[in-house]
Amino acid sequence: MACEPWTEKLDAYLDGEIPAGEARALQQHLRECATCAAEALATVQQKLAVKAAAKRFVPDPAFRARIERSIAARRPSAGLFSGRLGWLRVFEIATVAAVLLIGGALFLTLRRGRGEERLISELVDQHVATLASANPVDVISTDRHTVKPWFAGKIPFTFNLPELEGSPFVLVGGRVSYLSQSPGAELIFRVRQHQISVFIFREEELTEVREKETLRTALSFEVRTWHHNGLRYFMIGDASPQDLDRLSELLKAAG
Amino acid sequence: MWNYRNKTAVRWFTLVYVSEERLLSGSFEELAMPLFDRLYNFAHWLTQDRQEAEDLVQETYVKALKGFPSFRPGTNFRAWIYQILRNTFLTSRTGLKSTATVPLDMESDEQILPAVKDTPGSILLQRSDRQLVQEALGRLPLPYREVLLLCEFEEMSYQEISATLAIPIGTVMSRLSRARRALREAVQGLQGTEQGY
Repeated sequence: MACEPWTEKLDAYLDGEIPAGEARALQQHLRECATCAAEALATVQQKLAVKAAAKRFVPDPAFRARIERSIAARRPSAGLFSGRLGWLRVFEIATVAAVLLIGGALFLTLRRGRGEERLISELVDQHVATLASANPVDVISTDRHTVKPWFAGKIPFTFNLPELEGSPFVLVGGRVSYLSQSPGAELIFRVRQHQISVFIFREEELTEVREKETLRTALSFEVRTWHHNGLRYFMIGDASPQDLDRLSELLKAAG
Repeated sequence: MWNYRNKTAVRWFTLVYVSEERLLSGSFEELAMPLFDRLYNFAHWLTQDRQEAEDLVQETYVKALKGFPSFRPGTNFRAWIYQILRNTFLTSRTGLKSTATVPLDMESDEQILPAVKDTPGSILLQRSDRQLVQEALGRLPLPYREVLLLCEFEEMSYQEISATLAIPIGTVMSRLSRARRALREAVQGLQGTEQGY
């Protein structure tokens, strides 16, 4: 039967789902076959009738508005913190921020720590150089009233020296020192056979040091640092920690 | 300086996250809302009940929005969301009832049936037969009803129907062919009743 191969393809043809070549051949057959043409017409009519009939149910506008609101409520632009998703994001952001802040703080601490470390090792070097020097001091005195005026005009600040009478400490003398290109005073004290250097610089010149007061040891030297009246004091020596503490108390009291 | 950098980084991250999500949500709205009326119509045809249709559409939108990040851009969104709607319906009480009443042998024959050779005059549907066709469509078994709606009303390609119903294209063709015949028979039956046969 001539119609046989076409009847199976008629639906697909009318749905636009067969290749162009086959479609042309089927069109040719439809022109020649009244039965198939009538069938095609019936199917097309049915397709159109179903299309028209299927459009039947219209949603309630209030329902549509409800869905729209529900989508908008889940949208972050309606509020970063709205909805479950929003809070999850907030936690993520908070975590990232916390990591960054902790990282930043750690970096700053390490950097500052390294900066301070560097200053102290520089001062320890200076102290060692002073110990090794044939002329450890520029101004020799056992009297604080000679040493202090000597610094006038040599450094951009002045400081007070303690009364050492009755203490085991002896002021050997002083010299001008430099730290981070800033001039300061180096005072040399002696307690028994040990020498202690006390460095005094302007606090504002030393951005690396932020701790108010530090006790530590560097290369087995005892180190003390504190600040007073805008000045930063560093004390370095191989004497006992108690000696350094006592001398620092005397200096603080005088300052 | 470091504080400034930290703040900038936080702002940057916030911007990336928020704009990414805004983009997703924005495009979801843009893709899904134009389909709202049609999805509702389809849902109502499936459930045959206004309240159930609203519940079904609402659940579909919730699921689609939730699953939207997994939707691959460039693929067929319409088929995707219709599939969600249909799957949601099939697992609902009404859906389970509908599928339970479908004859078991419906899909057993993959062969495409030849078009019906009835007298064209008696079955030539007119658009004016709207109510009759609606009645007949409502009486069709669910697989026939949905495939006809997707093809004729949604004007989906066989490929899209195949994706939406998760069946091979061959099955789409055979089911469509049977559905058309079933609809004609249903209309004829209704016409017969009306004419007092």
